[in-house]
Amino acid sequence: MGKSKKFSRRKFLVRTGLGSLGIIALGTYVARNPLRRSLIESLESKVPSYKGRGSEAALWFELTKENKIVFHSPKVEMGQGIFTAFTQMIADEMDLRPDQIEVRAAATETGIIDALATGGSLSVASLWQPLRELAATMREMLKNEAASKLAVEVNTLKTKEGIIYGNASSLSYAEAAADVKEWNVPDTIPKPRTKGFKYVGKAMPRVDLKEKVFGAPLYGLDAEMPDMLYASVIRPGIVGAKFKKADSKKAASMPGVVKIVQIDDWIGLVAKTFAEALAAKDSIDVEWEVSKKWSEEELRNTLKVGKGEKFISQKEGSELDSESEEVLEMEFSSPIGAHAQIEPNGAVADYNNGKVTVILSTQAIGITQKQIAKALDMELEDVNVIPTHLGGGFGRRLDTKHAIQAVLMSKEVGRPVKYIFTRKEEFQNDMFRPPTHHILKGTLDKNEYINSLEHHYASGDVSINSAVQAPIVKTIVGMDLGAGRGAKIMYDLIPNRRAVQWHTTLPFATSWWRALGLLANTFAIESFVDELAIKADKNPIDFRLRMISDEGNGKRLKKVIQLASEKGNYSEELKNERAKGFAVSMDANSIAAHVAEVSIENGRIVVHKVTCAFDCGMVINPGQVRAQCEGAIIMGMSAAMFEKMTLEEGELKPTIYGPYEMIRIKHAPKEIDVHLIEGADIPLPVGEPPLGPIGAAIGNAIRRLTGIRLKDMPMQEALDLALTQNV
Amino acid sequence: MITFNINGKEAEVDVDEYTPLLWVVRDVLNLKGTKFGCGKAACGACTLHVDGEAVRSCSFAVKYAQGKNIKTIEGLGNEENPHPVQKAWIEEIVPQCGYCQPGFMMACAALLNKNPNPSDEDIDNNIINICRCGTYFRMRKAIKRAAEIMEDSKMNLE
Repeated sequence: MGKSKKFSRRKFLVRTGLGSLGIIALGTYVARNPLRRSLIESLESKVPSYKGRGSEAALWFELTKENKIVFHSPKVEMGQGIFTAFTQMIADEMDLRPDQIEVRAAATETGIIDALATGGSLSVASLWQPLRELAATMREMLKNEAASKLAVEVNTLKTKEGIIYGNASSLSYAEAAADVKEWNVPDTIPKPRTKGFKYVGKAMPRVDLKEKVFGAPLYGLDAEMPDMLYASVIRPGIVGAKFKKADSKKAASMPGVVKIVQIDDWIGLVAKTFAEALAAKDSIDVEWEVSKKWSEEELRNTLKVGKGEKFISQKEGSELDSESEEVLEMEFSSPIGAHAQIEPNGAVADYNNGKVTVILSTQAIGITQKQIAKALDMELEDVNVIPTHLGGGFGRRLDTKHAIQAVLMSKEVGRPVKYIFTRKEEFQNDMFRPPTHHILKGTLDKNEYINSLEHHYASGDVSINSAVQAPIVKTIVGMDLGAGRGAKIMYDLIPNRRAVQWHTTLPFATSWWRALGLLANTFAIESFVDELAIKADKNPIDFRLRMISDEGNGKRLKKVIQLASEKGNYSEELKNERAKGFAVSMDANSIAAHVAEVSIENGRIVVHKVTCAFDCGMVINPGQVRAQCEGAIIMGMSAAMFEKMTLEEGELKPTIYGPYEMIRIKHAPKEIDVHLIEGADIPLPVGEPPLGPIGAAIGNAIRRLTGIRLKDMPMQEALDLALTQNV
Repeated sequence: MITFNINGKEAEVDVDEYTPLLWVVRDVLNLKGTKFGCGKAACGACTLHVDGEAVRSCSFAVKYAQGKNIKTIEGLGNEENPHPVQKAWIEEIVPQCGYCQPGFMMACAALLNKNPNPSDEDIDNNIINICRCGTYFRMRKAIKRAAEIMEDSKMNLE
């Protein structure tokens, strides 16, 4: 961006003279030390307010000569629909039509860096206030300029669809902004509206819908640079293996091969086409140093409640008294999960005269820029990271340091390089969802309600902390935030509650995976709560409602439970050999409950219908919130019923779709009925929370249908095993 | 030289004859709507039509395209003249991240071409691509809607 004029007042920055496109850009400052504060806020289940890095403005609006607003979004679009929500928010606050607004993922070059990356379902929730404040301020500034140009009082002006109307004449925003010598930023931030929305709160098609339907080249792997070469990298298949040596003589003479790059412990094959890079890669013999070959059994013995470092994350009332009370105890587990996003990772990189440009699908724009600058010992401003639409994120692209390899290969060959992962690399070098092990213990009081409930769980650390990443998060807050999602007992009238995490450091890389621990923790807790209800011979819905107070989120929680059970006809008896199961979870103040209608046909679990009640506070776009609920339910079913990575002879397997079994259209429910409740006057997280209860809801239905309690994910495999044993 | 017709235009490419058609379409002909997902014909992101048949182009050597008619998402329809599948996809707002969607739309267009009124079972057995965002619920509705649109337009023609 040009810097011909730059000054600031309070929390806003103004830039003018932005070259051919923008007339004026307005940006807002951000606070320092964002990571620490935000993590602590998350721990307390608050929505962190938006913060970027350092003192640079994090949000920029640009007004173009064509009278359009371009919003450079620090948050990326990966399907969650945030660009549409931002458009709606800006349209209302600036009196524009949606087609007068363009939301674009911000490149680091424009000085917009997002320290928190895109994740945690927080994009809309965290930008709700600052984005609208910025829009309101810009509209106010434009009105001020229009007032002086039209020589009228500013309070006589009205705005509509990008036009400022005086009594007799009018100006477009662009006309009002033209040739302004000095901009005045209002002393007080105009208050964004709280009612009278034209676009917010109403369903509207995704702004990227047509591009996506007509096949536009939106994604990282679609990017090109002139004179570009293609690259593939050799990575170890065995967990923890170190590169020893390689014979690349044959590969060097393969067709199309331009250079074989060997840096530290990896080899990059750069060729004229991707097919040639792959062929060359296959012809290289690499020797690996393998100190240990992990087996699944060993992993399971390592990852176990009672092993590792203990951290008590919830402690209410007293400890469960196993001497005097009758204790029900159950064990649950979930496997290693792969992200399996359809667009493989990769990057198009150009190293040219000490400057780097990288185009890629990433959830971590600023972090990737930092990683590249550090690895190449460069200044941050010499590295421009340009994010694209993502062909799926789900947490996988919170770490995109493979961009460094792309840059190094470009530097070696002196030309731009497009580096693409193979699917096998994706499966074996994922940042996995860690496996889990849970032990639940519970007792009933004399009225047959829960007296004590304890959730002990072991998991790998997921919040940027594993064998291959520095453990930065644990040192700040003591427990793993990702693995701990949904781990606490939310029924506050249970007198004695415990949640205890056992830390284990896993040998492979782990990271966030849509909703993270929420799926497995809810699977364990909500399955167990149903078991206690059965033991108490009570209706599981009434049983739950009786254990929730009116305090805190209690009323909202009860409302969601009641709505889901009513709309899903939970209390209906078994019909057509189908049973209904219920489960509920709360994640960062968003509450989701599902009723799943399930049967078993030829030994296969069939989910016919899911009724969902969801309170995510204020809804910006009901159509897209529903789409997120549907997607979360289906992706959660995939993980809960089918998906599983295992360690075999040190290798993570399988390495391809199919053997890595995932949900297909034939398994998806034919009916998904979503009911939204706006239980707060601000938007809360949307994309992940509805994933939480789906595993337990299906498990509870199967228990009701067959008497079998499935305690291990993936549940289809657990059912196969149970049915074999019963025969 | 290998020659074929792609989206109504003649193309001539000078590549190794075993190069997967996917890379010829994406990198030689610069049609980026057909996606790379797995390279093993396991996900369907690279689905396009060869003489009207849905083909997973990541595992289809370009030499087999010689003399054939290829259609990609860019040739299926456009904003002015969308294919019924694309119309239905817009009506039902199917895509999320959108990456797998061209492959699905091509697979669905091929199915509807053969079977203009597919049952749920037909859909289950024929549409076996993978979508990670979980758009299947809307997709099923859109496939049925596309069948209706096709039926309506046939009646209008008659």
